Amino acid sequence: MNINWYYFASPTTFYRLAGRIAPWAFVLAVITGAAGLYLGLVVAPTDAQQGEVYRVIFIHVPAAWMSMFLYFVMACYGALSLTFNTRLGAMMARSLAPTGAMFTFVSLWTGSFWGRPTWGTYWVWDARLTSELVLLFLYFGFIALANAFEDPRRGDRASALLALIGLVNLPIIYFSVLWWNTLHQGSSVSLRGTSMHVTMLWGMLAMAFSFWMYSVGTAFTRVRAIILERERRTRWVRGLVAGAHS
Amino acid sequence: MSAAAGSFGAGFAWAFRRDMRIAWRHPGETLLVIAFFIFVASLFPLGIGAEPELLRRIAPGVIWVCAVLAAFLSLPAMFATDYSDGSLEQMALSPHPMPGWVSGKILAHWVASGVPVIALSPLIGLQYGLTPDTLAVLAAALAIGTPVLSLLGAACTALALGARGGGVLLALLALPLFVPVLIFGAGAADAQASGLSPAPHLSLLGAGLIVAAVALPATVCLALRIALD
Repeated sequence: MNINWYYFASPTTFYRLAGRIAPWAFVLAVITGAAGLYLGLVVAPTDAQQGEVYRVIFIHVPAAWMSMFLYFVMACYGALSLTFNTRLGAMMARSLAPTGAMFTFVSLWTGSFWGRPTWGTYWVWDARLTSELVLLFLYFGFIALANAFEDPRRGDRASALLALIGLVNLPIIYFSVLWWNTLHQGSSVSLRGTSMHVTMLWGMLAMAFSFWMYSVGTAFTRVRAIILERERRTRWVRGLVAGAHS
Repeated sequence: MSAAAGSFGAGFAWAFRRDMRIAWRHPGETLLVIAFFIFVASLFPLGIGAEPELLRRIAPGVIWVCAVLAAFLSLPAMFATDYSDGSLEQMALSPHPMPGWVSGKILAHWVASGVPVIALSPLIGLQYGLTPDTLAVLAAALAIGTPVLSLLGAACTALALGARGGGVLLALLALPLFVPVLIFGAGAADAQASGLSPAPHLSLLGAGLIVAAVALPATVCLALRIALD
């Protein structure tokens, strides 16, 4: 199969493609999200040590995965926009940032509600919690820098470089539970197998897929808005607006 | 070689001498950083009480936080003033390769803002009742860590040149990146104070300095090119 990637690198064509994919991504997000919540909250057995509290992992762990994964994807789009000077790459990076920040916040928030009954505290200055908090500030810094200039292209390029600098933080978050012996537990899931009940794993994977599809849907919806705003002086956007009004 | 050909070393020396001369002729800015450092460090005993045991416990962290804030406050002197009066553009047009004079400016920033903090840290540490060996480790950690702050700060201030919301934006960009330096720097003195070896923390700081010194000048150049585009 030979896909012409350059064809979709043009904002005009990508606008239509994103418009076609986004609704399907939302539909998939709702279906797998409902399945994941059903598996997690109803089917999965109660944890022997933690009781019912552990069920927060069905939101917490997928949100934490997405917070790191979205930053990585955002930095990749940033690198793409810096090296090839593509406009669409920077627009995608911009449209991923708020969703990534949201997932970072959700993982910190759910984690602290899980920590209160389990650890006896909402917050500890443990390596993983601190590095995740730094990730949240990196997202905020990216969003602030991207919007801090009169010329949007300047904001695109400066924030892309910032995203690449902040990439150093990702391995620190990921390996923090191995490098430092702190309160946050290690991972129960790895490629070689898992130490948890199989329904729990499927529930978590379904939720992760649902969050992933949600990210695709929101990012594509947002990138459409950014494309329209940036290209508002072009003929095709004017045609689109005229068509919508007639 | 023609007279117009520049070199890394010549650009480095020229920018370093120039920025040091500016700092020397406007001693107020450096003195303000020093005064800030001493004053903020003196506020903590007044605010949280002067029990010697408590002060000894928090001293490395307090001194490091003050050092981080001092490094942050002096960042605008590095590129922002040259950017607003146009001399940064002239430097970019000079025959010297950009990484050379950029590194010279970063080193000058460190000498003007980091070195006074390192030199004064034993004094503040004495006020907090630190033992001599902890003072030595603290100064060593500052000596390795503050250049990293200057390098990271250079990248952030270059990215934010000409941005709206100047100081607050710079804080949002720079302070999260300063966090690892703060953790390992204060950790070194903490380890020494509690009878452990500070070597792991100092080694990690040293590794960070090497990576930062290799990678960040090029990053700063890229950020400056984006700003001057």
